Parts: sequence; C-alpha cells; structure tokens
Amino acid sequence: MLDRRDVVARLLANRGETMVVTGLGAATYDVAAAGDDARNFYLWGAMGGAALMGLGLALAQPEKPVVVVTGDGEQLMGLGGFATIALQAPANLTVVVLDNGLYGETGGQQSHTGRGVDLAAVARSCGIAEASRIADMAGVETLATAITKPGSGPRVAVIEIDPAEAPRVLPSRDGAYVRGRMQAALGVAA
Amino acid sequence: MDGSVSAEAVAWPDAIFAALRQWQVRQVVYVPDGGHARLIRSIHAEPSMRAIPLTTEEEGIAVLSGAALGGQRGVMLMQSSGVGNCVNMLSLVKTCGFPFLALVTMRGEWGEFNPWQVPMGSTTEAAFKLMGVETRRADRVEDVADTVNAAARMVFEGGSAVAVLLGQRLIGAKVF
Repeated sequence: MLDRRDVVARLLANRGETMVVTGLGAATYDVAAAGDDARNFYLWGAMGGAALMGLGLALAQPEKPVVVVTGDGEQLMGLGGFATIALQAPANLTVVVLDNGLYGETGGQQSHTGRGVDLAAVARSCGIAEASRIADMAGVETLATAITKPGSGPRVAVIEIDPAEAPRVLPSRDGAYVRGRMQAALGVAA
Repeated sequence: MDGSVSAEAVAWPDAIFAALRQWQVRQVVYVPDGGHARLIRSIHAEPSMRAIPLTTEEEGIAVLSGAALGGQRGVMLMQSSGVGNCVNMLSLVKTCGFPFLALVTMRGEWGEFNPWQVPMGSTTEAAFKLMGVETRRADRVEDVADTVNAAARMVFEGGSAVAVLLGQRLIGAKVF
C-alpha cells in the first residue's frame, strides 16, 4: 500500500508555483514533512473547509495551480463542497484526498470511506468529471505532472494510502503568520 | 420579495449592489434567500463579480478566506437562519485574521409567521459576537447604503470581520 509521506513528497517534489491548502490532521503534517513553503497554507481546524478554501484561492489566482491535500474524514465533513466546486469549475484546482478509511487523529475509528463510501464517485456525481481513485505510485506520478498545469481541472484524486501513522511533523499553528506569508509570496495586499 | 413592492423597497438591494461594485468585490458567496433575490440576480448579471452558490453557509467562510488569501475581496449573502451553521468555521476568520463581510437578511424578528425562524433569528447577533464578528444593523431603507459602506470599510481597509443585519422590518415579513 502507498505510504502517505511518499505520496505527498512525490506530489510536491516539482510543485513550481503551486499553492497548497492542507486539511487539518495528518494531511497538514504530511505537507509540512515534504518541506515548509511560503505557498503552503496549513489548516489546524475549520474541518470540512479545506477544499472550499482551495476554491476561493483558485478563483482569485486563476493562473496558478492550487492543490488541496486533505484526508477522508475532513472531506466527509464538507461533502457539499464538491457540488459547490463543480458549479464554479476552476480549471486550476486539484483536491487530493488521502484516504486511509479512518480517523487517525481521534483514535483510529473507521470512517465512512472505510465502510464503502467512494469520495471519487461522489465528486463525479456532483459534476467533477476528472475524479479518480489512485492506488499505485504510477498513478501518483501522473497526478504530480497534471496538478502543476492549471487549465486541466477541476480534479479530485482519492489516493488509497496505508493506514499506518507517520511521525508528526508540526508546521506553524500561527494562522495570521501563515496567511501573511502566503499573501507576501503572492504579492497581494494583506 | 419578488412581487409587487414599492420603488423604495426595491431600492435597497440596488444600493447594496452599487456599494459592492464600488468596493471591487469579486467573489459573492450565497445561500439563496428571498430578501436577497434581487441582489443575487444583479450579481449573476455582473461580469466583474463571480456568484458562488453554496450548499450551506459554512462553505462560504472557507471560500471567502481562500479568496482573501489570493488577494480578492468577497462578501457572503445569507439569511439569519444560516448563522448558526457558521460558528466553528468562523474560527478560520478569527485565528488567521481574515477579513469577513456578511450581509444577513433577518427572519424571526418582525411579524414572523414561522416560529421555527425565531430561535436563530433572536440569537443571530449573539452567535456572531460569540465568534468575534462585529454586527451592525440597518432597519430603514435610508440606512442601508451607509451601513454597508461603513462595514465594507472596516472589512476591506481594516481587515475586520463584520456582519450587517438587514432587519425584517426593512425587508418585509414573508407572507404565504
């Protein structure tokens, strides 16, 4: 099975100008482990909001790729977001769901995806045509190339990962700092 | 609100629209609402604005925070019944210091026929204050433009979080 850290490291290895929004929990640690960057926005809360924050950012910066990296539990809390994203259809947005079928932060309880809910199918039925499941590194490689090309989305990629926990890598929890840092990197007014 | 109403009653959504254009608002997130119906139509027809319908209000907090992160101004149009849905998501605004502007049509406070609207309508202001969002009220047609402009200045020049509550007396109680 795919190791979550290997997956995220590969996805962001040649990120170029890609802006990244992370869903709270392990996805935030995975992106931090791949290397801190001024173009990373780490969520430590606001559960269910990661993909939608990516939507607002993608619409504001249509020339730059935006990638949301989140987990199945976080995305399950914002299922309606797929419908909202589908209506706007931002070509530069990719939502990557790291799907281990459980809530790793709260004791490993099985999530709805672990019991059969298919988030890629949900996204497709909302109208996001490019919604797929990825279960091998070849698929991750293909996705890594695609996400840096704004103009081919919106896209949802559900990546099946090993449920094993990785060591925690904790980025800044100072939301105002992380916000200002990204705005400065983009050259926009705070 | 879409039927036969006086010229004065239709003027206030147009005043809000003019203010949003003047403030160069680019992303307008909304949950459909009768009180905002005229404004929502104007926004859909305006090329400089993107109308973003939501499935629930909390989505809008995240979208607008993303917009601000990317340098665009946004506003949320909603009804008072949706304010409770936003409470946890407002931690994003509070923790990160994102600007936030909501224009809220009130239900449950003036001639409301539906008792289900009263619990949230009577606690709308308190729910916003709970999460650090300032509230301003407009209950008369002549106050709408000034109130929206004053709130927009706090949000877009000062980075504050402000909700403008548009009183049910202004909008007119919904009738069936």
